Amino acid sequence: MQLVLEKRAERSNTIALVSPLIAIGLTIVTMTILFAIIGKNPLLALHAYFIAPLTDGYSLQEIAVKATPLVMIAIGLSLCYLANAWNIGAEGQFLIGAVAGSWIAVKTQGTDAGVWVLPAMLVLAAAAGALYALIPAICKVKFGASEILTSLMLVYVADLLLDYLVRGPWRDPNGFNFPTTAEFDPVATVPLLIEGGRLHLGSIIALLVVASAAILLGRTIKGFEIRVVGAAPRAARFGGFNANQLIILTFAVSGALAGLAGIIEVAGPVGHLQPGISPGYGFTAIIVAFLGRLNPIGILIAGLFLALTFIGGEQAQIAMKIPLDVTKVFQGILLFYVLACDSLILYRFKLVFPNRQVARGAG
Amino acid sequence: MQAHQRMLDPTPDGLHSGESPLLQTVGLTKRYGDFLANDSIDIEIWPKEIHALLGENGAGKSTLVKAIYGLIQPSAGEIRWQGERIALSGPSEARSRGIGMVFQHFSLFDNLTVAENVALGLDGKESFKDMSARLEQVSKTYGLPLDPKREVWQLSVGERQRIEIVRALMQDPKFLILDEPTAVLTPQEADQLFVVLERLKAEGRAILYISHKLEEVKRLCDTATILRGGKKIQTCNPRRETAASLARMMVGGEIREVKAAAGRQTTIPRLVVNDLSLAPDEPHGVRLEHISFELKGGEILGIAGVAGNGQDELFAALSGERLAKDPGTVVIEGIAAGHLSITKRRKLGAAFVPEERLGHGTAPRMKLSENALLTGHAASGMVNRGFIDTAATLDTVDKATETFDVRKAKRDPEAASLSGGNLQKFIVGREILRNPAVLVVSQPTWGVDAGAAAVIRQALLDLATAGAAVLVTSQDLDELAEIADRIAVMFHGRLSEPLATRDATREKLGLLMGGSSLEPKEAAHAAGA
Repeated sequence: MQLVLEKRAERSNTIALVSPLIAIGLTIVTMTILFAIIGKNPLLALHAYFIAPLTDGYSLQEIAVKATPLVMIAIGLSLCYLANAWNIGAEGQFLIGAVAGSWIAVKTQGTDAGVWVLPAMLVLAAAAGALYALIPAICKVKFGASEILTSLMLVYVADLLLDYLVRGPWRDPNGFNFPTTAEFDPVATVPLLIEGGRLHLGSIIALLVVASAAILLGRTIKGFEIRVVGAAPRAARFGGFNANQLIILTFAVSGALAGLAGIIEVAGPVGHLQPGISPGYGFTAIIVAFLGRLNPIGILIAGLFLALTFIGGEQAQIAMKIPLDVTKVFQGILLFYVLACDSLILYRFKLVFPNRQVARGAG
Repeated sequence: MQAHQRMLDPTPDGLHSGESPLLQTVGLTKRYGDFLANDSIDIEIWPKEIHALLGENGAGKSTLVKAIYGLIQPSAGEIRWQGERIALSGPSEARSRGIGMVFQHFSLFDNLTVAENVALGLDGKESFKDMSARLEQVSKTYGLPLDPKREVWQLSVGERQRIEIVRALMQDPKFLILDEPTAVLTPQEADQLFVVLERLKAEGRAILYISHKLEEVKRLCDTATILRGGKKIQTCNPRRETAASLARMMVGGEIREVKAAAGRQTTIPRLVVNDLSLAPDEPHGVRLEHISFELKGGEILGIAGVAGNGQDELFAALSGERLAKDPGTVVIEGIAAGHLSITKRRKLGAAFVPEERLGHGTAPRMKLSENALLTGHAASGMVNRGFIDTAATLDTVDKATETFDVRKAKRDPEAASLSGGNLQKFIVGREILRNPAVLVVSQPTWGVDAGAAAVIRQALLDLATAGAAVLVTSQDLDELAEIADRIAVMFHGRLSEPLATRDATREKLGLLMGGSSLEPKEAAHAAGA
């Protein structure tokens, strides 16, 4: 007896929807085993991860706050991935956006600059993210350099640039030598949606991004172009679509969205620029994009789910002393299973009995 | 019952070299979900027999041979090999039992040598040196000359096929399956292949020969089994049938005869190519050299030639997938278009049908409506301020379905789920519905069944009658003879002077396809150049 993968005649839409759920199920089983191995009660741990954060208002708001950058970045990445352009450097574009936007906040600090400050920060952050993403895109188109490597390497450049700025020129003079800028002025801060709460305007922007992407991909010729270039490059060229232009465009858009997410994070929940503003949003967003089937609505749901793991991870650390890095293990295992389950969209399992006679009669 | 008849049948040799058939299927059935690809098929293949397997696309021919070659497992029924019931675990078991197969699409590595490619396909443990020696010996014995040290990319299509045949013969098969072997050969090369096949037969081997070319089957095969809709229709002696009666059994009715309208008027030149030369864009591509021709409205120009002589490169240059430096090299509807993109050329009234249906002409995993949009977005009112008019794309699918009899399971399936013939009807229909002034078609009926081929050829003739200029590249000389007004031949990136179809005999075309010149004057010119 032998288990073989057999190609399906047509892609299975059912599996395409169910595959993330199977992946989540398998991840939870794996995590249960992992918790048991490190000597924690798996049931309590899973409760802390997935149930506890859903039971109080503060955590629910916090999930939305964490999901905001994830969703915005993942939407941009999904456009890249659909077009077969592999932007792995959203983390760097996120940081560069944060840095560029913060530049305006730092320079206007303590002046009586008006309400233009925040919009200017958002625009500059998006532009900076886009330009930063264009470096690997142009290297790819002009020189054939692997965008996977170049975009990833640029993450570390951005990280070190941020580090230098907050330890050097932009350091808060009254900050007891901590590597951070001063708190941003109110005009340089993303407004809260609920007074005294955590939810901010960025979540609304993220929802608008989701809606725009859904319309772009489902209704417009540009969205069709993105899908067909990724799905069948030669047919796309025959259709008159230019794959290189699309690499440039999707990288620019995803860089802009990551940059925007970066400044919203800094000017929103964090309130100042400092190292460690991202717990790896740019990388986790890759998981969000695939878990969400590269589909905008799917990404929204997946973003909320991954945000839950961040919050749950913190709760599990506080309540059960489970290391925070277990969250990263969790996310890695999840991506592994999602990609593995996705092969079932085009293939199916079949049992083959090579040495036995084939079944007689109608099967 | 049938076995008895066969025994009594006076064969040229007077006897079969065995009492039971070499290979037999009994009630062989293959089911994919609700679809019966093979419905209880009985077939017998005897030693010293060339057995034709005939049928339209989707009739179940490939399913049957895949089951016999161990690539798929039957859902029911049995396969008997020399009288013994077998269940094949895979092609390697089939090969070890003495069943060989030569596929229509070669599986060769361009950058490896002939010997390396053969070695990769063999299961044996002999040393590379011994294998190379045996390769040379087999290729000499059967008159299939091959240089084991040459790399595959340097070889012609006919030579590549020889590698596949030699590779199969090196396993010393008792039974060889050939899937449309002559589709890629010049008439002269096909004749050489038939000599080899006759010789294999004389050695006592059996051959299962899949083909659409009925005249060829009548000439070569002793027996023919006709499949239709997954069922066996009949096993007969093709020599006692006419091409028409075989076609009727395949299609299950009369085939529409392709008719050219009388007195077609040619009008203004709609596609002009002036001294087009283009360097290849990939390492093993062909350089186009000084190609010139003029194609008027109402006219069909055929381009013959063995695959790989620059036809793909010419298609890319005409369609705008590759741009020429000089705009004047390609003139569409009087406008210099050599530098224009494929979208702009479509807007000038040109339409294109490439050779590859899946992956080039269509995105396989996208719906037909999306594939209508693929080429229709340029100039068919399917896009409104950047937004897709889904109703318009579906409308194209429906119209193509109706006009060209595209058979499919639902209204808007994925392109990959259609059979080759139906997908080709859709692709040709998609372009013709745009009323193009110029249509450039590559291999319009490649791997397409007789019924669909007739529909497509008629559509091309009708389009020319309506005033369009049609350029057809084809390896099928019968097809070009049927529809083209003039035929030119491509060889090593050059295009011969077009011959009027009535003057273009198979011999003349065959010579041009092999690189010879017809006129001594031209030969002298070529030698001087």
